[in-house]
Amino acid sequence: MMTPQIAVFLVLAAVTVAGAVSLILQRHPIHSALSLIVVMVALAGLYLLQGAEFVAAVQIIVYAGAIMVLFVFVIMLLNAGEEERTNVSRLARYVGVPLGIVFLVEVAYWIGRATAHLGSAPPEMVSTRDLSSLLFREYVFPFELTSFLILIALLGALVLARREDSD
Amino acid sequence: MVPTSYFLVLSAVLFGLGVIAFIFKRNILTIFMSIELMLNAVNLAFVSFSRLLGQLQGQVFVFFVIVVAAAEAAVGLAIIILIHRNRGTLDVENVDSLKD
Amino acid sequence: MNEFAAQHPLLVVVLPKVVILLFVLLTALAYLTWFERKVVAHIQSRWGPYRVGPHGLLQPLADGVKFLFKEDVTPAGADKFAYFLAPFLAMSLAITSIAVIPFGPKGLTIFGQPTPTGITNLNIGLLILFAITSMGVYGVALAGWSSNSKYPLLGGLRSSAQMISYELALTMSVVGVILMAGTFNLSEIVNSQQGFHWGFVPRWNLIGSPMPQILGFFLFFTAAVAETNRAPFDLAEAESELVAGFHTEYASFKFAMFFMAEYASMITVSCLATILFFGGWLSPLPQTALFAWSHYIPAAAFGIAGLALIAHGVRYITVFGRIVLPVMGAALFGLGVLFGLPAVIEFVQGPFWFLLKVGIFLFIYVWVRGTLPRFRYDQLMNFGWKLLLPLSILNVVITSLAIVLTQP
Repeated sequence: MMTPQIAVFLVLAAVTVAGAVSLILQRHPIHSALSLIVVMVALAGLYLLQGAEFVAAVQIIVYAGAIMVLFVFVIMLLNAGEEERTNVSRLARYVGVPLGIVFLVEVAYWIGRATAHLGSAPPEMVSTRDLSSLLFREYVFPFELTSFLILIALLGALVLARREDSD
Repeated sequence: MVPTSYFLVLSAVLFGLGVIAFIFKRNILTIFMSIELMLNAVNLAFVSFSRLLGQLQGQVFVFFVIVVAAAEAAVGLAIIILIHRNRGTLDVENVDSLKD
Repeated sequence: MNEFAAQHPLLVVVLPKVVILLFVLLTALAYLTWFERKVVAHIQSRWGPYRVGPHGLLQPLADGVKFLFKEDVTPAGADKFAYFLAPFLAMSLAITSIAVIPFGPKGLTIFGQPTPTGITNLNIGLLILFAITSMGVYGVALAGWSSNSKYPLLGGLRSSAQMISYELALTMSVVGVILMAGTFNLSEIVNSQQGFHWGFVPRWNLIGSPMPQILGFFLFFTAAVAETNRAPFDLAEAESELVAGFHTEYASFKFAMFFMAEYASMITVSCLATILFFGGWLSPLPQTALFAWSHYIPAAAFGIAGLALIAHGVRYITVFGRIVLPVMGAALFGLGVLFGLPAVIEFVQGPFWFLLKVGIFLFIYVWVRGTLPRFRYDQLMNFGWKLLLPLSILNVVITSLAIVLTQP
């Protein structure tokens, strides 16, 4: 049964998987980064499909718009060139890679089999208001902790990336 | 509507691809990106279960994952810049001075 | 026809809206360049474009034709894919963001199908706008990196750093408005600003209660000018030091696309400023019996503008101008008459005030460019991180305090 939602899902899923595969196959880090951005934007679409609109927006704003910009920025800054291919042995190339793919498909298949009885969730949007009241009432302590984490990470990054001769 | 199992399968595939990228890539930056890919796959599973169970906790957790990913990216990229500055390379196989 | 529309709402209702909006937007972009050149010229005691058409009105067309027929050069050693992707990304993102902007209060009804004025009306419209803005960095960064040249690389690095820095202040500065409206939906944000203090001062968020967002507005506009890489924050394309910044190596239509992206984001930011702080489509005059005449302002404005243009046009130097300008004036006058008709008058109120406010913001954009000198790079970063960001956080704190204290 092919409802419009399933069609949208299939398109977005194909884009995410293609992006992830392209992340592996691309040799230049900036192309890998672009592939990952495609994956993230498509994932935001999948979140929208599941009614998680605020998470979708945050996914694009923070992940695709901030974290990946940082990656691209560092790649540009370091002028990172193309990477060399990993020297895989012939055994790994002709046995290991197909086996890995088979294993991946197998795992995916069994997860699909095991969770097929779950059915589908009711189609309603999650209101941002509910989400925020949960975040700022019940989970306010973890929330404050994450802000400390960010602060520490900020200081850590500052100390690490500073040139020693600058002071 | 789309069955939840579809999302979970996609999540598993993305996570697997992230692991593969983590193993095969040699550039530290791309290895780092594959970690982000795995985190994203986990987020997808979180959102799907949150929808299925009708509970918002899963989405709240996605926020925390995103925040941690941001913190990790800040520190990790600083370390990468440092490695590049000290060793002049981003290839993990050349960062092996502990071997000697 | 109505049944067909009910079966295919996407084809009959949404697609024409998208096509019309795209057409209007692209024309507006072209004439924004003309407007900017004229205004800056007059600020600097020059005449601006004057040769192509009366008052240089055909200049955008000439520029467009010139861009199309220039040779499209790809620099040696450029990363082809990213080099092609960057301008497309920049322009498509800038144009997409107009889709969530509501232009008027009333939904349209096309062939029996109700639909919002504007492309969509999303619950998270504001967040979507910020998401699109945050993706805009890639256009600049990729353009700078892929050109394989030092000036673009420096310009790209500079402006992506600038855009990331000012995005924080931009996002934080509107939190006050969101707190007061209690929603991310742009239409509802406008509706929350209805009403008047003491019967005649509009309760727009700029001077709204419980906390006037004057600080928020100035932070927003400053950060927005920086976010769109416009003067005085146009470090990315500081001609005197970086040639042309990230698009130095671009030629022909790809170059034009960067320009269009810049102007499109100017329009979006002006729309956003109007919606968030200046009451969107709401009229500045109270809608009471005393002010019933204010409904005829759109009609009167167009009518007078049309008559003035005819009076000016018949004395223009060139024959072409003596024909074209009066015809345009007559068209404007005709629109004025149309806007006075009882069937249309209610509908044009919203879009008229909205576009008027947007036009004022666009003028301020150009005015600022013509007046202020460019910042130095370190000043720019200090300004963003040490002044704008703390002030915007302060604004959030004050606004939330005011809301909590005034709540019963």
